[in-house]
Amino acid sequence: MASTDIVSAGKAQRNQGRSMSGKKRARTSWLERYSALLVAAMLIAAWQILVPLSGLSAFVLPTPLAIATRMINDAPLLVAHLYVTLFEVIVGFGMGVLVGVPLALSIFYSRPFERAIYPILVGLQTVPKVSLAPILVLYLGYGWAPKIVLAFLISFFPIVISTVVGLQSLDTNLVNLVRSMGANEWQTFFKLRLPAALPNIFGGFKVAISLAVIGAVIGEYVAAERGLGYLQLQANSLFDTTLNFATVVTISLLGVILYYIIDVVEARVSYKRDDAK
Amino acid sequence: MNTIQTTGAAVEISHLSKVYKTREDDDVVAIERIDLQFEPGTFVAVVGPSGCGKSTLLSMLAGLVSASTGKIAIDGDAISRPHPKIGVVFQSDLLLYWRTVLDNILLPIEIKRLDLSKFRTRAEELLEQVGLKGFGKKYPSELSGGMRQRVAICRALIQEPGLLLMDEPFGALDALTREQMIMDMQSMWLRVQNTVLFITHGIDEAVFLADRVLVMSPRPGRIDLDLKIDMPRPRQWSKVHEDKVYHGYVRQIRDIFEAKGVLVAH
Repeated sequence: MASTDIVSAGKAQRNQGRSMSGKKRARTSWLERYSALLVAAMLIAAWQILVPLSGLSAFVLPTPLAIATRMINDAPLLVAHLYVTLFEVIVGFGMGVLVGVPLALSIFYSRPFERAIYPILVGLQTVPKVSLAPILVLYLGYGWAPKIVLAFLISFFPIVISTVVGLQSLDTNLVNLVRSMGANEWQTFFKLRLPAALPNIFGGFKVAISLAVIGAVIGEYVAAERGLGYLQLQANSLFDTTLNFATVVTISLLGVILYYIIDVVEARVSYKRDDAK
Repeated sequence: MNTIQTTGAAVEISHLSKVYKTREDDDVVAIERIDLQFEPGTFVAVVGPSGCGKSTLLSMLAGLVSASTGKIAIDGDAISRPHPKIGVVFQSDLLLYWRTVLDNILLPIEIKRLDLSKFRTRAEELLEQVGLKGFGKKYPSELSGGMRQRVAICRALIQEPGLLLMDEPFGALDALTREQMIMDMQSMWLRVQNTVLFITHGIDEAVFLADRVLVMSPRPGRIDLDLKIDMPRPRQWSKVHEDKVYHGYVRQIRDIFEAKGVLVAH
């Protein structure tokens, strides 16, 4: 029952996309549509051209082409370390979802919980999680654990807070409406509260996944034997600036791809608010 | 066009009061000892200024707010929660933006776990009756305010409610759309002939639509006038404004509001 509701919401968005884009396409030119890509391409081209002209050595600033070549040549190395970081990010983020969403539900449904836990959570959000990295290493050693915990801690807060906000921002008249139809709380949740909160929840997921990448990499900076953060430190100690940059690009790509995966899932599952036009 | 047979529900309200507590722990009497009976199939309108307790009355009939004292019975069942025979239309359409028009109309059926396939045809019929044939697969965001409110009315009518509760249903619409909706409301009701409680600020729409108009005044909310509207149906919006009988009713209601200081003459 609940799942069909969510699936049909996904279809809704796709249909909507089809009917709306007709109008949009007429107004948005090709240039406008790809303007961000175009600007990015221009910046990279400028980098490529200006580096040799500036007289900076490749040790200081390699050209984009050199970085790309290096990424292709060292692909097996980069991918091997990428898997490590990816695993930490996925597990950390997954834990963030598994703990964050139920906690958000508890905060939403239980007044004592909201009173006692929510302010503490909001307060704890001001603690820079990154600064916990050395302590986590002290407690958990050099393995997976501190990176996963850091990715979890850093992604957990936006998930909890956006989910709570999403649930709380529902129009109470809508709740009255479904109650008047005889809905119990279970039905109210799956037919109304959850689909209405999905845009917020996914907003939280998107912030969280990007932060989880940062958490995992920072964990690797502090103490690691594998992972993209570790590879970057290695490149640093060898003065291999090109590999260093290649790693940075790989980390960025990882973040971007994970973000878009969530975006795609959202498009299938949730329907954009109509006031978001 | 199909006529849908619905038997109106009988409503009995006895010694009904509602007292709210404010933050400062003061008592605010929203409704004071109301006794009312609605015959099955009557269109009852309630007019009154904001804060007169008319919406509270509707919420209590919907089973969303409990009474402080007294009781409400729908077809003899004293209500303590939303009664299965009711349908509610609120001031805003409250359509779920992630559902199609058809799925919005079928929401009460889903919630009541009834057979959806049986009601799909009825939903299409209702859409046709409100002039939205073929709009079933559209999304609320593709509809105008008036169309959305029509869909909300279809949603309330899908389960053939014996008692239709309407809380200022045309209050958020522009003047022209509102006029059209008032006229369409009459045709719709003439087909269904269920019991309706129609809450409004508009004296004109109350007199035009109702068999009986209850005039309420605030603090404490009570009924100042119980007016039977004796005009043949179908009534015509353009003609009724030249009708002396109609104007007599409107005058009576205005007199009450002027006497109570709700309307002040200059």
